[in-house]
Amino acid sequence: MDATVYPLTITRKPDSWLARLFDNKSFLAFLCMLPTAGLLLVFLTYPLGLGLWLAMTDTTIGERGKFIGLENFESLWDDPVFWLSVFNTLFYTIVATAGKFLLGLWLALLLNNHFPFKAFIRAIVLLPWIVPTVLSAIAWWWIYSPQFSIVSYIFVDVLHWSDRYFDFIGTPWPARWSLIVANVWRAIPFVAITLLAGLQTISPSLYEAALLDGASPFQQFRRITLPLLMPILSVVMTLSVLFTFSDFQLVYAITRGGPFNTTHLMATLAFQRAIPGSQLGEGAAIAVAMIPFLIAATLLSYFGLGRRKWQQGEAND
Amino acid sequence: MAAAYTAACKFRFTSRHAPRETTARLPWSKRATPRTWANQTQEHPQGRADIMANITRRDSLVLGAATLGAGTIPLIGAQAQDVAGEVPIENVAPLRYAIEKDATLRVLRPAKFIDPDEVFWRENSKKFTAQTGVPVRVDFVSWEDMRPQTAVVANTGAGPDIVVGFSSDPQIYASKIHDMTDLADYLGKKYGGWYDLARVYGRKWGTNNWISIPIGGGTGPLVYRKSWLKEVGYDRIPDDHQGFLQVCQKLQKAGHPWGMSLGHALGDANGYASWLLWSHNAMLTDEKGKIALDSKETQDALKYATELHKTMIPGTLTWGDPSNNQAYAAGSISLTFNGVSLYYVIKNSPDPKLKEMAADTEHQEVPKGRATRPPRSATPINAMVFKHTKFPNAAKAYIQFLMEREQYGPWLSNCIGYWSQPLKAYAKMKFWTADPKLAPFAAAMDTPYYDGYKGPVTPASAAVTANYVLVDMFASVATGNAMPQAAAKEAARQAKRYYEKA
Repeated sequence: MDATVYPLTITRKPDSWLARLFDNKSFLAFLCMLPTAGLLLVFLTYPLGLGLWLAMTDTTIGERGKFIGLENFESLWDDPVFWLSVFNTLFYTIVATAGKFLLGLWLALLLNNHFPFKAFIRAIVLLPWIVPTVLSAIAWWWIYSPQFSIVSYIFVDVLHWSDRYFDFIGTPWPARWSLIVANVWRAIPFVAITLLAGLQTISPSLYEAALLDGASPFQQFRRITLPLLMPILSVVMTLSVLFTFSDFQLVYAITRGGPFNTTHLMATLAFQRAIPGSQLGEGAAIAVAMIPFLIAATLLSYFGLGRRKWQQGEAND
Repeated sequence: MAAAYTAACKFRFTSRHAPRETTARLPWSKRATPRTWANQTQEHPQGRADIMANITRRDSLVLGAATLGAGTIPLIGAQAQDVAGEVPIENVAPLRYAIEKDATLRVLRPAKFIDPDEVFWRENSKKFTAQTGVPVRVDFVSWEDMRPQTAVVANTGAGPDIVVGFSSDPQIYASKIHDMTDLADYLGKKYGGWYDLARVYGRKWGTNNWISIPIGGGTGPLVYRKSWLKEVGYDRIPDDHQGFLQVCQKLQKAGHPWGMSLGHALGDANGYASWLLWSHNAMLTDEKGKIALDSKETQDALKYATELHKTMIPGTLTWGDPSNNQAYAAGSISLTFNGVSLYYVIKNSPDPKLKEMAADTEHQEVPKGRATRPPRSATPINAMVFKHTKFPNAAKAYIQFLMEREQYGPWLSNCIGYWSQPLKAYAKMKFWTADPKLAPFAAAMDTPYYDGYKGPVTPASAAVTANYVLVDMFASVATGNAMPQAAAKEAARQAKRYYEKA
């Protein structure tokens, strides 16, 4: 056999600068991220920057303002209504988050068991979360109505346990608690379903092993469930704190910040001053004042809760 | 109570657009539109194509409700002639604008809350087009969007030629709108003169130059149940503070308390707070615009409000703008302050119980207290012609056309008190006396009081209103959560923030 060996020559044209550029990994990465970066710039950075800028101007609806530095913040510093809204927001966030986590985790643990119509009930549980907030807020508004409350109706007219209708949202503290109840009710499904997803990833063999070792249910929860749930718990907690802190719809639809501003959250106060009140600059300043709190809350959840398990991996006790 | 509960729910679901969304200010009045699912499915008998030409989603939902207005006015043209004759006119030289060639107009105005408002507005615009050949497009914008949209029009110098905006808007955009003195003088002379409130809002503050044409105003007098008032020994509500307080105390004892919001209800609570202030001769600002709230009169008002608050149905601090309507329609309260819409809704309700209630309902001017004129205001709408329009003459001609009795008469009379005239001659129209219950609405704009009385009209008064500065002052004192003096000082401090900026 005569084998002819052709010399294998690959002639390559020298790469054009464009081809070389596109072969460059970091350039390509940059290029691929460009659309996302553009979206973020236009829809996140620009509004945020505009908000920061507005906060330092005396812009009103109808008039382009001028730069006034930190005057808005100085005025807010002396404004008892603003500080009341800060207190309300912190109280609302802390209590509501605690409430929805305790109840959400409990619900998740219950749903994690086997019982008839499991899938159906799990779907039903999501309802409060699915219903648009404004609609559920209106429903709560009716429940809390001083004249037409269904709760008062049952207690007073059906059961005759009381002879006065409840004044849910007419006085400061009951109003705050009523709003927290509505907020917790709305957020439980989100917490429960997310935590349920986390629970399902925990291997049953761990529980079997614990059972053989004679661990009590509480020990199982404390030593297996909770540590393994921690990563997802901290993510959900962060999200939930952010949602609650910047809540607007529930409060605006139920009390509008009343009675005399005792339920105003920073978000509702910012809106009230900026849009109906036309003081865009001042409203923006209140919104900007929320940012440090939000950053603090995020950092706390990230570094506090998720520290060992989530940030640095499993076996880092 | 069970019946009342269901009645109230039914009332709400058949008569309201969306709960608690009032933003623009309409003292003591509601955005209720009387309609039921039944009449929404009916066809509008005439002018349908015209109405369909320019409708928003929400308008389309309530379009069928136009039948309600149409039921009472089967032939628009015929009736127009009739009612125009009721309006006396002075002999003045006709005013004719040289309408520009190929002119077109775009008009922005607040959405209607009773259907005849829109039906007749469109009808009149159509007539204008037929007579002058100028096509007119009217956009009806929800109340809360009105002010931001006006701001955009003013700042960009583009968009609608005419904006029918709220109270202080002409003052804010004075440099951007055409002078209207010629038209205002003509209308004033022809129709018996302008009411005080029209002069406050129509003219540039501190001058005699008109910068807008006030179209109408809505107000909220007392609304009460005649039979229950009789039960406690009264035919009318006394005009003095002590007398009013006594009526309220007696009504409460008789199991029919009264109620008025001191919560964050933009129209109702602010209107009530203004009445409390003005009826004690207290005021937010003096003539120069300096905050004058921290006064002995204010403290008297605060003390009086505390006494009055004790006679109310519980829970008024949670009330939004629709709440007193609901409570009244449910029979829970005997007396409140409200616009004509409450009466309009129950009168037109298919429910015989509500109809009966309407017959038992009476309106009366608010108690004067220490004031010499009824201490209440009205929310006016004013037509402004922006300088960016290419057709200023056509725009003025359009506004003139709307204000003439052939057009304005049918529009006004079919709004049955929802809007009240800024021109005195229209008070002579028969519908104001045909139903005596409408009488207090006829003089809605005959008042020296306005938001931010007695200082200049500025955006600051809107900010004070929107931030419930006065409402919260009264609410915190009336519930015992603040001392009168401290509350007045705090409210003055908050108001200063807006007035000093402006």
